[in-house]
Amino acid sequence: MSARTLPLLFLNLGGEMLYILDQRLRAQSIPGEKARKDEWTDVDRKRVMNDIISTMFNKKFMEELFKPQDLYSKKALRTVYDRLAHASIMRLNQASMDKLYDLMTMAFKYQVLLCPRPRDILLVTFNHLDAIKDFISDSPAILNQVDETFRRLIETYNCLSDGEFQLIRQTLLIFFQDMHIRVSIFLKDKVQNSNGRFVLPISGPVPWGTEVPGLIRIFNHKGVEVKRAEFTTAGNYVTPQREGSFELYGDRVLKLGTNMYSVTRPVETHMSGSSKNLASQAKENIAPNPLAKEELNFLARLLGGLDIQKPPGGETGFRLNLFTTDEEEEHAAQTRPEELSYKVINIEATQEPGRRAELSRILGELDVAEPRPGSAEKGEDLLALMDGL
Amino acid sequence: SQAAWCELPARVLLVLTSQRGVQMYEADGSTMVFWHALDVPELPAAHSVFARGIAAAGGRFVCVGTSFGAVLVFDIPPKGTNVTLSEVLEQHRDPVTDIAAEQGQAPDGAGDLVTADDSGTLCLWSTGEEFTLLGKIPGSGSTCSSVALWNGIVAAGYGNGQIRLWEAGSGRIRAQVSAHARWIYALDLAPLTGKLLSGAEDSFVHVWKLSRNPDTDDIEVQHCHAECVTDTQVCGARFCDPAGDTFAVTGYDLSEILCY
Repeated sequence: MSARTLPLLFLNLGGEMLYILDQRLRAQSIPGEKARKDEWTDVDRKRVMNDIISTMFNKKFMEELFKPQDLYSKKALRTVYDRLAHASIMRLNQASMDKLYDLMTMAFKYQVLLCPRPRDILLVTFNHLDAIKDFISDSPAILNQVDETFRRLIETYNCLSDGEFQLIRQTLLIFFQDMHIRVSIFLKDKVQNSNGRFVLPISGPVPWGTEVPGLIRIFNHKGVEVKRAEFTTAGNYVTPQREGSFELYGDRVLKLGTNMYSVTRPVETHMSGSSKNLASQAKENIAPNPLAKEELNFLARLLGGLDIQKPPGGETGFRLNLFTTDEEEEHAAQTRPEELSYKVINIEATQEPGRRAELSRILGELDVAEPRPGSAEKGEDLLALMDGL
Repeated sequence: SQAAWCELPARVLLVLTSQRGVQMYEADGSTMVFWHALDVPELPAAHSVFARGIAAAGGRFVCVGTSFGAVLVFDIPPKGTNVTLSEVLEQHRDPVTDIAAEQGQAPDGAGDLVTADDSGTLCLWSTGEEFTLLGKIPGSGSTCSSVALWNGIVAAGYGNGQIRLWEAGSGRIRAQVSAHARWIYALDLAPLTGKLLSGAEDSFVHVWKLSRNPDTDDIEVQHCHAECVTDTQVCGARFCDPAGDTFAVTGYDLSEILCY
C-alpha cells in the first residue's frame, strides 16, 4: 500500500463534495430581496463555499495531510467530511449527509477506475482544484491557500514513477472495493449498469504513451524488423491527441474530475437491492472496530475546543437538503438499509453539567498535549487541526 | 499481497508476500514452514515497503522480490522448516514487480531466471549455490509488470499495454506487440505448447502462441484468441493446465473466478 494516497483521496472527495453542495445551494437559492430569513441567497451560497474551501485548504491541515501515512478507516474519513460540511452556517441532516457522501465516493471511484494511466489521477486532482479556484475566484487570500496546495501536489507527485502511481491507484481501489451504490446521473448517462457496476468502454483514445492495440513486429537477431502482422479485437481505439498538462495552469485534456452536475439535474442515489456485495460491506460496518474507541476518545477530546455556531435563524435555519423535498429526506432516513449506514457517532457538546463532567473525565484521562510525533492513531492530528480552525 | 505455488522437485510450498514480508506454508496449508520479516520502519515512510514477485527456481530455491529492489533467495530443504536465506541479489534499483523461472529448456548461455522492476529493467540470472547475473536489459520508461521465461525467450508485459519478447541469451529484443490498451496485470505461459496468456485493465484477455522459426531462429508470436470480460479490469489470468487449453481470470470488484 502507498503511504502517499491520503492527500489525493481527501482532495478529490472534497472536490466532489463542493460540486454537489454548489449545485444544491444554487438549486435552493432565492434572489436576495425575496428571501425570508431562513432561505438561501447567493450571498449565503458564496459564504458557505468560501468557508468550507478555506477550512479544507488551511495551511497546517495540509501539512499534516501530506505527511506519509496510511489511509484513514472509512468511518474516520466520513467524520472528517462531516466536520468539513459543517464548517459554515450550513447544516445537513443525517440522511442528506449520507447521500452526499455516497455521491462523493461513487464519483471518485468512477474517476479512479477510468483513469487511462495511473498518473492521470493527478490530472483528475488538478481538474478538481481548477474548479475550486473558480469557486473562490474573488477571494485572493483563499486562492493563495489553494495555489500553495497545488504547488505542494506538483512537488510531491510529479516526480513519482508509473509504478508508484499504480500502487497509489491500487490503494484507492481497495478502499472503494465492493461499493456499488447506484447514482441516477450515472445510470442516465449509461456510465453505470443497473447492478451498480461501472461501464468500462473498450473504445476511445488510448492512454498517452500507449499504442493502439493490433500490431505485431518481429525483429531478427541483429535487431532489424523483418515482419509485421496485425490482429483485430472487439475494441475500437484511437490515438490520443495530446497529453494533459501537469503544470499549475494548463489544459488537462482529461474530463474526469470536472464538474458533471448542472443546476437543472437532480441527482439521486438508489439504496434498494444493490447487490450481493452488500454482505461484505455490512460485515465491515458491523464488526467491532478496535480503532473506533480510539477515534471516539480523540473526538471527545477535540470537543473541548469546538465552538459550534448556532445558525441565527434557529435550529433548522440554514439547513441544506440533498433531496428534492423534506418528505423525501425523511423517507430516505427511514428506509436506508442497515448495512449501508455509516454509523457516524454524533457527539453534542451541550451545557448539561452531567455531560460536561463526563467529557472532563475523558479529557482528564487523556494526555492532552501537542500532537505526539510518534502517534499512529488514524486521523488524530488532522481532526485536532480541523477543530482548531 | 500475492500468493503463489512454488513447485520444487521434493515438495510444493504456498508462498505469500505482503507489506510485512514473506510467509511459506505446506501445500495443504496446514503448517507455516517459514517466515521472513522485512525491515519495516516505525513510521510510514514515503516509500512503501513490501515483498512482491515469487518464483521457484533451480530445483531448490524460492526467490522473492522486494520494494527495495533486492531479490531474496531462499534455500528450501526437501522436508521440514530449515529454510535459509541463501543470498540477496542487489541489481535492481527500483521495486521488483515480478520474477519468473525457465519453464522449458534453456539454450546454452541463457539463464534460468528473470527478474523485473518498476523501471522496466530486466535481469537475467543463472541459478545455483551462487546466482550469477548474465545480463541486464534496461527499461525504456514503462513499468514491466509481469514476466515469463520459456526456452530462452523472455516474455514481458508492460504498464503501457505492450508485450515484448527478448532473447534471454543476448538480451536483444525479438518481438514487440501492441497488445493492450491499458496496464497489463498478468502474463502466464503454458510450457507444453508455448501459449502465452495476457490480462490487462482494458478488460481483455489474449492468448498468443510463441514459437521459434527453425530456419531463421527468429522468435515468432501469433495472436490466437481474444476474450473481453465486460466492464471488468482483469487483475489475474492463469492457464489451468500445462497445454493451455483452459484458463481462469479474476478482476477488480469481482468475487468470482471466470473459467474459459
